[in-house]
This record gives sequence, structure tokens and C-alpha cells, in this order.
Amino acid sequence: MQRRVIFNGTALPLLLLAPQLAVTAVFFLWPAGVAVYQSVLQQDAWGLRTEFVGLRNFAEVFADPDWRAAAWNTALFSAAVAGLAMGAALVLAVQADKSIRGARAYRTLLIWPYAVAPAVAAVLWLFLFHPSIGLIGRALNANGIPWDTRLNGGQAMALVVLAAAWKQVSYNFIFFLAGLQAIPKSVLEAAAIDGARPVRRFWTVVFPLLSPTTFFLLVVNLVYAFFDTFGTIHALTGGGPGKATETLIYKAYVEGVQNTNLGSSAAQSVILMVIVVALTMVQFRFVERRVHY
Amino acid sequence: MSAVVHEGDRIAAATATRRRRRSGALTHAILLLGVLAVVFPIWIAVVGSTHDASTIGRGDVPLLPGAEAVENYATALTGGAGRFRSSPAALMLWNSAAMAVLIACGKISISLLSAYAVAFFSFPGRMLAFWTIFLTLMLPVEVRIIPTYQVIVDLDLFDSMAGLTVPLMASATATLLFRQFFLTVPDEVVEAAKIDGAGPLRFFRDILLPLSVTNIAALFVILFIYGWNQYLWPLLVVNDRSLETVVVGLTRMIGNGDAQNEWNVIMATAVLALLPPVAVVVVMQRWFVRGLTETEK
Repeated sequence: MQRRVIFNGTALPLLLLAPQLAVTAVFFLWPAGVAVYQSVLQQDAWGLRTEFVGLRNFAEVFADPDWRAAAWNTALFSAAVAGLAMGAALVLAVQADKSIRGARAYRTLLIWPYAVAPAVAAVLWLFLFHPSIGLIGRALNANGIPWDTRLNGGQAMALVVLAAAWKQVSYNFIFFLAGLQAIPKSVLEAAAIDGARPVRRFWTVVFPLLSPTTFFLLVVNLVYAFFDTFGTIHALTGGGPGKATETLIYKAYVEGVQNTNLGSSAAQSVILMVIVVALTMVQFRFVERRVHY
Repeated sequence: MSAVVHEGDRIAAATATRRRRRSGALTHAILLLGVLAVVFPIWIAVVGSTHDASTIGRGDVPLLPGAEAVENYATALTGGAGRFRSSPAALMLWNSAAMAVLIACGKISISLLSAYAVAFFSFPGRMLAFWTIFLTLMLPVEVRIIPTYQVIVDLDLFDSMAGLTVPLMASATATLLFRQFFLTVPDEVVEAAKIDGAGPLRFFRDILLPLSVTNIAALFVILFIYGWNQYLWPLLVVNDRSLETVVVGLTRMIGNGDAQNEWNVIMATAVLALLPPVAVVVVMQRWFVRGLTETEK
């Protein structure tokens, strides 16, 4: 795509691009390159000698039972967060799309958790579900359900999912509502005249028309669950108990910052980069298609 | 006969009204439940921030606010709390605000300039530059933690506001958004400006910038929230307590999540930490929704 009427010159546009390109090169491309480079090297135990080891770091990462456990946690966590946040948002958006009194107020009240930081959301939910001081945590314990996220890995995972999904509902809500409002009323009226009941109308007419939005949100939610929930996990469970809530990002962080195992951490980073690239490509291929239709 | 028909109509109409009313009640019930689920954690945080530490430590978090609000917020703002003695929240809020505004303004300026170059000029390497910027989308901090940290240390940017903000200023989404908008500016406008003798810089300042105000405002809301809510990056590059941001500082106050923590002051800090970005969303709701849906196109 190119404009017809343009200005001449080479020096000025390059100068205009300089700040963006400088930041990109120094803080994005260079570190990414270093990660790729380090991922094929291995240091000896004293950090004195480095040697080229090809793909051995990757083989070791893939063979590591801890890494596999983290990969499984990530898959479980992402699926649960995306499913919960999108399901709840869709139900709410369908209701808010109806012409009812107070529709605007409902919308405002449902939108703002988007602004709450993942780590702050984690603190709020910890305060609710704390086994000894939390309102809900104490109620559970008092009613014979032993609740302690510091001991029970499954409960810790459930709480992290809840805190992460809670924040994301408002984002999905905004997009589902926009998607619903874009459906022509005539289509819905035609279905109503054909005698389709509301529930049937939703699954056979509305939901298929929403599928571009749904697919787009699925990718965005997976990216969110993968990368943006580091703060949630760090603040809520620290990856524990044991390694029950350790995701791939969290493991790469622990490996690099606390254990300073450079080769392994770099290999894990490269694997994560491949995942982001794949997700971004899927997202953009889809966006392109939507623009053409 | 006609009376019977009338009666039938009346009953049918009444049934329809009742059905509509019942479905309306269900709609309200579902939405209220949603609002409750959204508001409840925050309400409890607000309540928790208005009681004394021992009430909460005993585990009797009430459902209604108490009388200690002023004291708790004053302690949070000036003293900090928790056994790890965080920085005063007033300082952390200031750091967060500075970081968020710098990141938002930085991203917007850098992206405006590069989108202008890519959309309005034809020069060798244009597409290369465009794709280089696009690549940043695929390289979030989270996937290159250690090497980026290394760069910060090498450039002597550790523990500095520059180190906290500059690396986050590259933005593919903002550049794409502005470029897309610039492509919709009619050719006649550019031609008219050229005939009037406006050079590229003057055209940018006097015509393009005023046209972009709406987009800039929408983007600012999104980017301010993005900046305010940063977590991993401040955690990595700031060790100095005087540069601590409120989101990171808040989680440090919790430590291991002990019941003995001063939870009332912690919750006061949590409320202070979420108030500014939430206020921005509520006050600028129109820009916010627009910014969100535009950047994701």
C-alpha cells in the first residue's frame, strides 16, 4: 500500500524513523539475537569456558520433566483462562446487547476491570481466598472444605486461573458486544419470522456470525494467558506450591534470574519466541482475511 | 362473539408481556451477577482498607467499611507497611505515574514519526524499516528476559527511569494504527498543502497532527494503562527502592502472604494502585473503547 502523493527525500524519513529503529534494534533485535546465539552454547560449571553444543540445550529442555510439567501447566492454565474469560464475557455481552433499562450503566460497570494490573488483581483475589484471613477462604474452611492454596496445587491453579480470567472478562466483553452490535438487525428479524426460538436463533445465526470475533479473541486470550499473567503468578503463588503453578514464562524467569543457567534459559526463550511468532502469524493471517471480506 | 375475540387477544397480549418481562428479569439477573463478580473483590479490598489490622488478622473481614480509613491510607501513603517495609505509596504512585506517562508519550511520539515516514515518503529501505518495526510485536520482554537485562546493565541504565521506560517505547501497534490512519488522509489535502508551499515538517505539524488528535487521545488511554500495569520489566531493572513502582511494591509488601501482615495498609495500597488506571478508563470511556478496538484491527 502506498500513497499517490508523497514527499521526496531520503534523509528526512530515515531521521524520522531513527528513534523507533534505534529502540527496536538495541532492546528487541539485539537481545533476541543474543538469546538465539546463547541457546546453542554451553558454559562449564565455573563459567570459564563456553563451547558450541548445537541443539543440545534444546534437547535437554525438551527432556527435562520440570519443563514438560511447566508446558502442561501452561496449556491447562491458558485453556482454562481463555475458556472462562470468553464464556463469561459472551453470556454478559448477549444480555447487555438487549434493549433494556440501564444498559449503559451495566456496560460501564463491566468494562473497568480491564485497567486493573494482573499483579494487583492477584492481590485482591489472594485477600478473598486467603485460608486464614480471606472472606471466602475462611468460609470454605469453616464449612468442612479444606482450603489452602499454599499446600494444595490444584487449588492454587484454580485461584490463579480465576484471578487471571476475572481481569480479562471486560476485554472480551467489549469485543463481543461490538461484534453483536455489528450484526444487522434484519438478519435477526428474518430468523425470528422463520419461527426460530431465541436459543436456537443464537446458536444457528448469531454465534456463527460472531465466529471471527471469537477466533480473534481466542488468540488474544492465549497470548494474554501465556505472557501477561507473569505478574498474577508471581504475586499469587510464586509458581508453587512445589511447581504446581509454574508456567513456561515463569520457568524461563526462574531459570535465568535465580539459577543463572544461561544456555538453558536462552533455549527456553527461543522456544517461547517460536510460540509468539506462530500465534502472531495466525492472528494476522486472520485479520487480513477479515479485511478482504 | 367479538367480546370473546377481544378476551383472547387480551390474554395473548398479557402472556407476551409476561414472557417479555420474565426474560427481562433474567437479563437483569445475569448482568447483576456479572457486575457483582466484577465488583466484589474490589469492594472487599476497599472494606479491608478501612479496618484495623487486628480485625483482619483475626479473619473477621466484615462486609461494610470501618472507621480506620483515614489512618490506613495515611500510613500507606507516607510510611509503607508489611514486614518488608516498602517505600511510601506516595512515592511509588509518583514513580508509576511518571513511568506510565513517559511510556505513553514516548510510544506515541516515536510511532507518529515513523508512521509519517513510512506512509508519506518513498525511499530505499522503506519496507525493510516497516517490517523491522512489525517484528517487535513478536518479541515481548517475556521471551528475552536475560539478554535484555544484559543490555540494560551494559548501557548503565540499571536503576534508572530511562532504563525503566525507553526499552518499552518501541511500538508496532501504535505505528500500524497511525500508518493506517495516515493512508486515509485524502490526496487533495496533501496536494493543497504542497501548492501552498508547506514542506514535509510543516505539513506534519500544522495539518497531520491536528487531524490525529482523536487517535492520539484514544491511544494515550490504552498506553497509560499499559505503562502503569508493567510488572516484569520494573521487577528486572529496578532494585533501588526510591524508583519502585506501586504494582511491584504492592506485591513485595505481601511477602509470603502471612496472616500477620498489615493487610489493612496493604489493601489501602492496592486500592491506591488500581485507582488511577481505573479512573482513566471510566472518565475517558469513549476514547478507551475506541482505542482498544482500533489498535486491535
